[in-house]
Amino acid sequence: MIDLVGYGAFFLTTALIFSLVTLGLNLQWGLTGLFNVGLAGFVAIGAYTSALLTTPDDAARLGGFGLPLLVGWLGAMIVGGLAAALTGMATLRLRSDYLAITTFGVAVVVQLVALNAQKLTGGPFGIGFIPRPFGSLAETPLLFNLSNLAVVSAVTLIAYLALEHLSRSPWGRVLKALREDERAAISLGKSARFYRVQAFAVGGAIMALAGALQAHFTGFIAPDNYLPILTFQVWVMLIVGGSGSNLGAVIGSILVWAIWAGSGTLTSVLFPPEQQARAASLQIVAIGVMLCVILLIRPNGLFGDRPRRPRFGKRPKLAAAKSSSSS
Amino acid sequence: MSLQFIVDGLLTGSMIGLGAIGVTLTYSILRFSNFAHGDFMAWGTYATLAVVSAIGATFGKVAPIAPLSFGWPLIVALVIGMAFTALLALLLDKVLFSRLRSQGQAIIVVMASFGASMALRSLLEFIFTSRPTYFSRAIQIAMPVGFGIRITPDQIALLLLTAILVLGVHLLMTRTQTGRSMQALSQNAALARVVGIDVAKVVRVTWIVGGALACVAGVMIGILVQIRPFMGFDMLLPMFAAAILGGIGSIPGAVLGGLIIGLAEAGAVQLIGAEWRAAVSFIILMAVLFVRPIGLFGVRER
Repeated sequence: MIDLVGYGAFFLTTALIFSLVTLGLNLQWGLTGLFNVGLAGFVAIGAYTSALLTTPDDAARLGGFGLPLLVGWLGAMIVGGLAAALTGMATLRLRSDYLAITTFGVAVVVQLVALNAQKLTGGPFGIGFIPRPFGSLAETPLLFNLSNLAVVSAVTLIAYLALEHLSRSPWGRVLKALREDERAAISLGKSARFYRVQAFAVGGAIMALAGALQAHFTGFIAPDNYLPILTFQVWVMLIVGGSGSNLGAVIGSILVWAIWAGSGTLTSVLFPPEQQARAASLQIVAIGVMLCVILLIRPNGLFGDRPRRPRFGKRPKLAAAKSSSSS
Repeated sequence: MSLQFIVDGLLTGSMIGLGAIGVTLTYSILRFSNFAHGDFMAWGTYATLAVVSAIGATFGKVAPIAPLSFGWPLIVALVIGMAFTALLALLLDKVLFSRLRSQGQAIIVVMASFGASMALRSLLEFIFTSRPTYFSRAIQIAMPVGFGIRITPDQIALLLLTAILVLGVHLLMTRTQTGRSMQALSQNAALARVVGIDVAKVVRVTWIVGGALACVAGVMIGILVQIRPFMGFDMLLPMFAAAILGGIGSIPGAVLGGLIIGLAEAGAVQLIGAEWRAAVSFIILMAVLFVRPIGLFGVRER
């Protein structure tokens, strides 16, 4: 029974960290319509920044500055936000696809740096001995897991409330206006690019914070944690929950993580050890198909608020497409 | 610095360029960046490999053609693989992309292609496992051709094949009615429909050309490097960078962009080390986006 509570706490902590990433993505995609396929890169930036700032001194690499946890989290948000702002500035004046391709490239480069810049990131072996909040409680796993859950829940709740507030504020309304009808918003004197860079940066900072939380929860990070599969998982979480809704982002994350962890447990029970890797890839196939099916039949997800209205300039084209497909 | 990087770069550049043709066509005609294109490459390669082994099982061991490492089975298999990849692309368009396209939100299609890419790649891992395989384990002796450059017969054959294919696609685009329809649709979709261009046919040809060339690029990687489920996904960034560098919609641009990135990668491998190779395309991509976002041969969007 105690074990079950402990596992439940562990599961929820991981799911809530995912929720935080999804909340960041929801600000970028759901609210502003910016497509980020490299979010694993921003999560990794946060994790490594915080790890560098807070670990004790290590002769093998740069730093270990031994700073307090909160400084690490703040640093993660600043660096993650800056990286996102730079990416945004480079691409947001161009077509939306270019942002997608560039963020994809950011994730590739972050992965390369994590693997190869041994002096900075510890290379393929990653960084260990990352200080954990309540590390002194690690002797009693239950207490340790519960206290971590409390910390992560608090951070997620704060982020959630802040984002809810933001999306109702004048700032959030401008973002929605830009998403729905860019020309009208611009004609009211709103600089589309400026607002979008801001939204992208804040989203990146939230993702980086999530990366930092995860690093301090597990105490160890390695490049393998930030493969494209992470990006994929978070996208599925957002789409299932419904893009545009913060509540949907949180619930979608918990739900998809439950499916993911559950099917993972199931495959480890059902398949012999030598077939495990194969079964795991089948699990990804299933989730990938699920993403496509949801996009096809229920693009709003469970809680989505995105109206299926074509954009201003697209209308004639859409009508033309419809008439040509019906003829 | 040895001049060997020229041969290595041209070969990598051919693989990137052949893939980038498909990316640039999909982007300019169907108006979305297809993240599943790399996985077409991998699927084509594995299909070719499967046919090669099937031929080997039926006809016994076939001797390779004189200086090359492969015989007629690979050539036959490549043609079948190209057809298979084209069909795969058409199928994916039918069940997924065309439906989402008709909803009118381009970026949803990009997301779907990302999901499809993940599913396709993992399915390959499931069927063939992630262990690398090879078309042939024979080692070829590279012949010196002067200036400290060495080249194998396989490499010469593949460079020639690339040149023929690029020329063929170029002629298709500029000298046939279908090719001109494709150009018309990419330049002004509404006007192209008004003058009665068969949009469905253009879309089909786009997928067939893109899929078939992706298969060739994949088989080239298979012959010269190795076959892995991730082989196509790893080519995605260089292919996008090449298509944008060359200018979206331009086939000569995509090939030239591929060659430039291939040469830059090969040069970087000599200068700073192979582990940073993948960063080269990103740096070139960022430079293009900052300096000249329409690329070398691109036209400003209307």
